[in-house]
Amino acid sequence: MLSRTADNLFWLGRYMERAETMARLIHVGARMNLIPDTADGYRSEWEPILQASGSYAGFEKKYGEAVERNVVSHLFFDRENASSVASCIAASRENARIVRTALTGPVWDALNGAFQELRELERTPRSELGITQLTEWTARQNALVAGAIQTTLLRNEGYDFIHVGAHLERADNTSRFLDVKYYVLLPDAGFVGSGLDNVQWQTLLRGMQMHRAFHWAYGGEVTATKIVDLLILNPACPRSLRAAVQGVNDHLDRLSHGHHRSTDVQSAARGLLAELIETRTTDIFDRGLHEFLEDFKGKVADLGRRVSDTYLIGAMA
Amino acid sequence: MAVTYFNEMYEGEEIRVPYQGLESWQRNMPVELRNLKQAEAEALFRRIGITFAVYGEGGDPDRLIPFDMFPRVFTNREWARLARGIKQRARALNAFLTDVYDRGEIVKAGRIPARLVYRNEAFEKAVVGIKPPKSVYSHIVGIDLVRTGPDEFFVLEDNCRTPSGVSYMLENREIMMRMFPSLFRENRIEPVESYPEVLRRTLASVAPAKCDGEPNVVILTPGHFNSAYYEHSFLADMMGVELVEGQDLYVEGDFCYMRTTRGPQRVDVIYRRIDDSFLDPLCFRPDSMLGVPGLMNVYRSGGIAIASAPGAGVADDKAIYTFVPEMVRFYLGEEPILHNVPTWQCAKSDDCRHVLANLKDLVVKEVHGSGGYGMLIGPRATQSELENFRLRIEENPQNYIAQPTLALSTCPTFVAEGIAPRHVDLRPYCLVGESVELVPGGLTRVALKEGSLVVNSSQGGGVKDTWVLAE
Repeated sequence: MLSRTADNLFWLGRYMERAETMARLIHVGARMNLIPDTADGYRSEWEPILQASGSYAGFEKKYGEAVERNVVSHLFFDRENASSVASCIAASRENARIVRTALTGPVWDALNGAFQELRELERTPRSELGITQLTEWTARQNALVAGAIQTTLLRNEGYDFIHVGAHLERADNTSRFLDVKYYVLLPDAGFVGSGLDNVQWQTLLRGMQMHRAFHWAYGGEVTATKIVDLLILNPACPRSLRAAVQGVNDHLDRLSHGHHRSTDVQSAARGLLAELIETRTTDIFDRGLHEFLEDFKGKVADLGRRVSDTYLIGAMA
Repeated sequence: MAVTYFNEMYEGEEIRVPYQGLESWQRNMPVELRNLKQAEAEALFRRIGITFAVYGEGGDPDRLIPFDMFPRVFTNREWARLARGIKQRARALNAFLTDVYDRGEIVKAGRIPARLVYRNEAFEKAVVGIKPPKSVYSHIVGIDLVRTGPDEFFVLEDNCRTPSGVSYMLENREIMMRMFPSLFRENRIEPVESYPEVLRRTLASVAPAKCDGEPNVVILTPGHFNSAYYEHSFLADMMGVELVEGQDLYVEGDFCYMRTTRGPQRVDVIYRRIDDSFLDPLCFRPDSMLGVPGLMNVYRSGGIAIASAPGAGVADDKAIYTFVPEMVRFYLGEEPILHNVPTWQCAKSDDCRHVLANLKDLVVKEVHGSGGYGMLIGPRATQSELENFRLRIEENPQNYIAQPTLALSTCPTFVAEGIAPRHVDLRPYCLVGESVELVPGGLTRVALKEGSLVVNSSQGGGVKDTWVLAE
């Protein structure tokens, strides 16, 4: 397969995953704003969302105050924000258009359909669009694309590159989600373990649509330890860092098997997986959740660079 | 001046033979069904992603080219004669190209003025003396034809470089078959779907001598921003070959390679959809980002075949066009089956005088123009347009040719008011490799505006499915 084609497929996978994450972040923000928080009453919970999305600086420059309408504009509609839902869907579809021949009709239909519907949404007056509706729409589009990929695409390299991209993105995105909690202003440490603390954790769970799964897997009270276990270490949770890194490993192994050569990126991915397998929740809290996540994000970014160097650039002989 | 146009369906009240199978179909199509089908066709086109952008017009890059559901039909006998003429012309054009980059016999024999060939902008000095595999320069020859009577066809122009539009020929058929399967049961229509396979075979047949084993054929596209990108990717898909951009290729030693996830892979034949001048920044335009540095060296040393071969453009130049019948006689020793439209070269002073005196009756074109841009249609021009063009011709006569306004045939077409005759032309795609092949069909373009003679999609033209009836 052409390296450039592999590159397009890799990003097709990444952008669809990112679109969903952005939509879910908006959803979490909206819910957090419904929760009365400090003793002083009102305070905006949008800033942590923007922090976690990694686009706070860009937002501040363009919009200023973090009020709901602006945040939704920025994170959902704004094509100038490369990570907005609209940008991600457009980029995913453009990547697909470039490699149209490497995809099946149903995959293209799903991506192109998402893009055409997005254009409809862009024409719809904002007053008619609720945040829940936008989030669910985005999640549905991602599910349609993923389903079409799952049921119709040949299990060849292209399939693996899409999934390497999607899993790397998911690993990055779940860590961003968890980090919201870091940025969410717990006014002081005394609140940790308080009712408010738990409500915020639950909102995060809901945002990732993992609240039911949580109860099935753990039951009982919602605690930070259980949530960290679920979203970081639990291999059964499809959004956990462990599952995402496992996915990256599986697809890199398949690629390497098909090409009859082992690669650096494969070793690096195995290293990261082994690290997660060895980690306990207490290790994470001892080190500090935020610090752990920062370090993890760095390693995921490094994996992305290695994938690119090994496969996507097409180094000469 | 009252002109009568040849109507391909009706001869007075009579329905001509090729269209008899369509009579009841069109008669029994209520407006509602028609609108429904039209919407269905449009949705299909949009879903497949066939859209085109017009150069320099801006606007929606995802614009659809209008599709007219009323097919254009040829009998087998009509087509057989056309096919002979088209293949003859494609052979002559290739013989001419091989000759002018070699000994130039036709020039020495005084059949074509040396100046028109060697001082032509499209004459490529860099390929003089290079003999492409199988002596083929133009592997896909698109010949634009118009019809003025039952047996009168004229060649409007030849396209020897990279004629586009063949994906419409294939998709129009596909969509018609999906929407009106009964039409295809009731009429015996020659299939066109073998085109991609024949094209692949043609390209593989011109693999360079240095290629051992199965030739690796690729399509080279300028990229996904190009208005014809859909076609490039469609053809790659149908042929089962890679669609590459310049950045995917590189030259090392005597060969050209593509960058793949498994490492470098040698390329043997490039079907390029970019212009000569962008092919190789080391040989042509140094600022080209679309080509492959060093490609021409590989080409010269027989490490790769390029289709169409660099330099092929000199044969489809509008000034050379006049001499194509002469080429047929000179190289093939045959009489041309297809005729040229009588053409006046403004470069010749006698012709120029004639053109300037009869401007309002003529069509004037730029020698290097294409796509229906920069042309004057005398009978439809305003006084100031005529004056404007007169000045331009006087200023630079070399740049213009003129032709009589042809009475282009019409074909029934669905319009807002029902069905009405609209003017059409035809572009068949002749494939030249080890053998010369022509798929029975082509692209029919239709001028959707009433009375309009301009069929270019950039100027309000649409397309139709083109049928050749089986015997």
